[in-house]
Amino acid sequence: MSHARAVDTPSPPNQPTALSTGVVVAGVKNYATAFTDPSFLRGVWFVLRFAVVLIPVQMLVSLAVALVLDALTTHLARIARLMIFLPYAIPAVIGALMWGFLYSPTFGPMQQLANIFGANAPFLLGPDLVFFGLMNVVTWQWAGYYMIIIYAALQGIDSSIYEAARMDGANAWQIAFRIKVPMVSSALLLILVFALIGTLQFFSEPQILRPLSNGTITPDFTPNIYAFSQAFSYANFNYASAISFALGIVVFIAVYVFLFFTRKRGSVFT
Amino acid sequence: MTTTSIDAPVGAQTTSRGNGRRPQPGSGHHILAYLFLGVLVVYFFIPIWWLFVASTKDAAGLFNGSSGALWFDETFALLPNLRNLFTYNEGIYLRWVANSLFYAIAGGAGATVLCVLAGYGFAKFRFRGRRVMLAILLGSVMVPLTALVIPTFILFSNLHLTDTVWAVILPSLLNPFGVYLMQVYTAVAVPDELLDAARVDGAGEIKTFFRVALPLLRPAVVTVLLLSIVGVWNNFFLPLAMLANTKLFPITVGLGLWQGQASGNNSGGANLWGIIIIGALVSVIPLIIAFLALQKYWQGGLSLGALK
Repeated sequence: MSHARAVDTPSPPNQPTALSTGVVVAGVKNYATAFTDPSFLRGVWFVLRFAVVLIPVQMLVSLAVALVLDALTTHLARIARLMIFLPYAIPAVIGALMWGFLYSPTFGPMQQLANIFGANAPFLLGPDLVFFGLMNVVTWQWAGYYMIIIYAALQGIDSSIYEAARMDGANAWQIAFRIKVPMVSSALLLILVFALIGTLQFFSEPQILRPLSNGTITPDFTPNIYAFSQAFSYANFNYASAISFALGIVVFIAVYVFLFFTRKRGSVFT
Repeated sequence: MTTTSIDAPVGAQTTSRGNGRRPQPGSGHHILAYLFLGVLVVYFFIPIWWLFVASTKDAAGLFNGSSGALWFDETFALLPNLRNLFTYNEGIYLRWVANSLFYAIAGGAGATVLCVLAGYGFAKFRFRGRRVMLAILLGSVMVPLTALVIPTFILFSNLHLTDTVWAVILPSLLNPFGVYLMQVYTAVAVPDELLDAARVDGAGEIKTFFRVALPLLRPAVVTVLLLSIVGVWNNFFLPLAMLANTKLFPITVGLGLWQGQASGNNSGGANLWGIIIIGALVSVIPLIIAFLALQKYWQGGLSLGALK
C-alpha cells in the first residue's frame, strides 16, 4: 500500500488539477465522471447487492435470538446473551483479521478440518465465495448488537398484554409473531436504516482482508475502497472526493427511498 | 424528516422488568431453544477462542501444530509471544495502545461535551434558524461518515494538519447522531417548568444547566460518551487516511499495517503473524473487560437508541 501524501502530485490529464489554485467548474465534471465510471458503478452494485442479502439475514438472526432470549429468563440465557453480544466489543478491523486467519488455507481450522477428510476447504475469500466470506464476518460482528437493541425493545413491552393474549387462547408462537414483532417494529426499522448506511460504506473489512484474498478484493471492490485507492495510490484527491460524495448521494437516496416505502409502518425520522 | 415522536425517556425502561415474566411451560420448546442458542454461542465465540489459543503457540505450532487450530499445543508460548509483541519494532505496539487510548478519550469526551451542549440548546431554546438547523442535523445523521474522510483530508492538508493528532481528534468531535440523541432525550427528560423555576429563583443560564439539567441528563450522557469512545477506538478509515507517521497510529491501523507486511513477504512473515495474533488478543482484552463491567450502561444506552 503506497501512501502518497503530497496533495500537489501531478494528476492524470483527464483530472482537474490543483486544489489550491481554485478549480471550481471541474466539480460537476468529476461527479459526471464518477457516475459513468464502471469501477465506481461496479462497487455501488456490489454494496447494494450485499446490503439486500446481508441485512435480512442479520435481522432474522438477531430477531430470532432476541425472541428466544426474551422468552427464556434463565441464567444460561443471560450468559448466551452476553456471548452473542461480545463480538460487538471487538473493532471491525480486529474481527476481520480474526476471520482472515480462520479462513487461511495455511493455518486456519477450516483447512485442518478438511484435511481430516483429505479434502481442500473452500477458500472463502476466493472469487466465488468472497461475497459469503464477507457476509459471515459482518454478521458475526453486528448481529449481537442488533439483537440487544431488539431485546431491549422487547423488554420494554408491558407484559400484561401477553397475559391478555393468553387468556384469549394465543399460543407462544402467536404471541411472538402477532404481538412482539409488530411492537418492536420501530426498533427493527432503526436497525435497518443503520445497517443500510453502514453496509453501503463498506470499507474496513474488505480493506483488511484484501492482502489475503489473492486479488479477489480489487482496489475498486467497494466505492469507499475505490475512493481510498484513487486518493492514496494514484493521488487523484479531487476525483476521490467526488467518489466519496457520489457515494454519500447514493446512501442518502437509498435511505430516503427506504424510509419513504416504510413510512406507513411507524417511523424513525419521519 | 423534522420531528421525532417518542413516548418516554427510553433509557428508563430497561431495568423495570425481567423477573415479572415467566416462560411458558412446555419443555420441548425449551430444548430446541437452548440448542439454537448453543449453536449460536459456539459460532460467536469460536473466533475469540481461536485467537486465545493461537496466541499461546510459537510459529511452528501456529503453522504445523499437532493438536489443530482450536486447541493448545505442547509448547505454551504465551509469555515469549508477549515479549516479542512488546519488543518488536522498538516496542511500537505500546505506543499504538497509548495512541488509541488518547484518541478515544480525547475524541470521545470532546464529542460528548459538544453533543450535550448542542442537544440541550436545540431542545430547550427557541432561536432563529432552529428548525432549519435541526433538519440539517437529521440529514447529516444519514450522510455516511466515510464520505467526509477524503474531503476532510484535503481540507486538513491545506491547513497542514494531516499526520498530526488533530487530524484524528478534530473530525471525531462531530457526532450528529449523538446530538440527535441528546436533543430527543433532553426534550423529554428535562421539563421546561423546572428550568423556569430555577430561572425565577435567580439562577443564571449556566448555573441552571449545570445544577438542574445536567443531573437529569446523566444516563444519556453516559450513553453518548460510551458510543463516542467506542466509535473513535474502532475507527479505521479516518486514521488510515490521515496518518503516515507510524508513531501516531492507533492499534487498528497499526495491526492493519503489520498484516499487510506479513502477507506481503511470505518468507519473513511467519514470526510477524504470531505477533499480530497476540497483538489482536491484547488489544481486545481491555475492551471485553470494559464491556462486561459496563454492561448495565450499554443496555440502557442501546434502548435509548431504539427510540419509539
